[in-house]
Amino acid sequence: MSATTLSRPTALPRAGGVGLKPEHFRTILDTRPAIGFFEIHAENYMVAGGPFHHHLERIRADYPLSIHGVGLSIGGAGPLDEAHLDRLAVLLDRYQPESFSEHLAWSSHNEVFFNDLLPAPYHAGTLARVCAHIDRVQERLGRSMLLENPATYVEFEASTMAEADFISEVVKRTGCGLLLDVNNAYVSCVNHHRDAHDYLRALPLAAVGEIHLAGHAEDVDAAGDPLLIDSHGAPVANAVWDLYDFAIALLGPQPTLIERDSDIPALSVLAAEAWQAEALMARHERKAA
Amino acid sequence: MSAHADPHSDFSAVLLAPTFACPPGLRTWNGSDPEKRFAVYRNNVIVSLVDALADSYPVVQALVGEDFFRAMAGEFVRRSPPRSPVLAGYGEDFAAFVAHFPPAAGLPYLADMARLEWLRVEAWHAADAAPLPAERIAGLLAAADALPQTCFTLHPALRVLTSGHAVVSLWAAHQADDADNQATALAEIDLAQAEAALLVRPALDVVIIPVDPATASFFRRLQAGLPLGVAAGDDVDLAAALGLLIRHGGIVAVARSTA
Repeated sequence: MSATTLSRPTALPRAGGVGLKPEHFRTILDTRPAIGFFEIHAENYMVAGGPFHHHLERIRADYPLSIHGVGLSIGGAGPLDEAHLDRLAVLLDRYQPESFSEHLAWSSHNEVFFNDLLPAPYHAGTLARVCAHIDRVQERLGRSMLLENPATYVEFEASTMAEADFISEVVKRTGCGLLLDVNNAYVSCVNHHRDAHDYLRALPLAAVGEIHLAGHAEDVDAAGDPLLIDSHGAPVANAVWDLYDFAIALLGPQPTLIERDSDIPALSVLAAEAWQAEALMARHERKAA
Repeated sequence: MSAHADPHSDFSAVLLAPTFACPPGLRTWNGSDPEKRFAVYRNNVIVSLVDALADSYPVVQALVGEDFFRAMAGEFVRRSPPRSPVLAGYGEDFAAFVAHFPPAAGLPYLADMARLEWLRVEAWHAADAAPLPAERIAGLLAAADALPQTCFTLHPALRVLTSGHAVVSLWAAHQADDADNQATALAEIDLAQAEAALLVRPALDVVIIPVDPATASFFRRLQAGLPLGVAAGDDVDLAAALGLLIRHGGIVAVARSTA
């Protein structure tokens, strides 16, 4: 086993995966489609029993699994919610996922949970807090995590670092991996008028352990300039496929997840996008060979 | 450099308040008013939480229509945002809110429908437990003299609803697969009729079974751990009530009370 394989921050296969939705439980178990892995939102499975666990146990027995948290509030102002970390530890212990990931964002403040991934300024104070939170997560869960780059709609006057530099510093200090959300990268770069290729190149690419692809919605800001919204409610946009192509050229094949959280189509539609990602990775492999 | 070092408090103060200005200290590359951009966050918060309530309360939504439901649920979200990232538990107190929501005062059964739908959500996600096989229970119940001291552990997903309105029939009518069947079922309902239901999860689906109010009270007393002799009132058809529990996997353990 090579040194690069050993240091890989995930055990997910370098294949196309699909976000697991209850609407698709039956189809998956009945047809066992050739999908590289499934990913769940951790919080949806923090229930005592019933059909969610029944189906996940059966699906997990046949497929690699990624557990993706959406409620830990790693970018939060206060200390991490230890009760929530306990729930995560129970879930990870039960399903032994190949990967665990969370977001560079916050979602709770003063005990209110906003159910959205909210932004924080990039400066030394946030950096210290985020790193302390990730240290605690990795210590409590006994494993390294992947941190996802955010989709944002505003920037802060108080920011003193570029987002990619901030993420690089977090990865360096905590040893966590990077979940490169290519749609988020595209959305944020359009929203903040940055060059997406420069942004990607500035990220700590050696730490990438998974890629996310999703659809976005298009709006305009108060000046009439494009404002993209990370909706997870549409097919992956062509511009995002192009950026993914650029990322794979830099990174080689990566576990690549198709995310869809609203207007959920038939599983075959999402599987086709996962296979499109695999075909793109295969083209790069052939070019490299 | 802005003096606003605490975006968490600034955001939290206005995310749920649509008439307040967006937080200070925001920057946009083109100098445009950040209000429109901040509105994306506001919208995500409210819409995602209203969607979560709509998932839990489909029949309440059907009864009042989508526009009314989303306005009512939005009010609820602003007053009672979640306290936990586990949204399966969010909306437990929605029925109490509905009961005191003045625009819904014309639908006195609406809050009870919300109660029924919440019990269904609870039953859906409750812990798993293996039901006691019917033969085992029959054997245990054969010892007639010990019967009054027998206590039952009911399935963790089992719930009981009692209502002063016909919400159980109303819920069932909304499960009809076509509009004609639904209209026929709805036409036969006397909304002022008190009803009760047993909710059980014998396999993967929650089943809602209409029962008479006396039987519902009996199930509640059994669930509270009272022995059969105390739980059974004169007005309960004991054989029918226990038969219903056994058929739907509602009993997971039987023990003799030593009290």
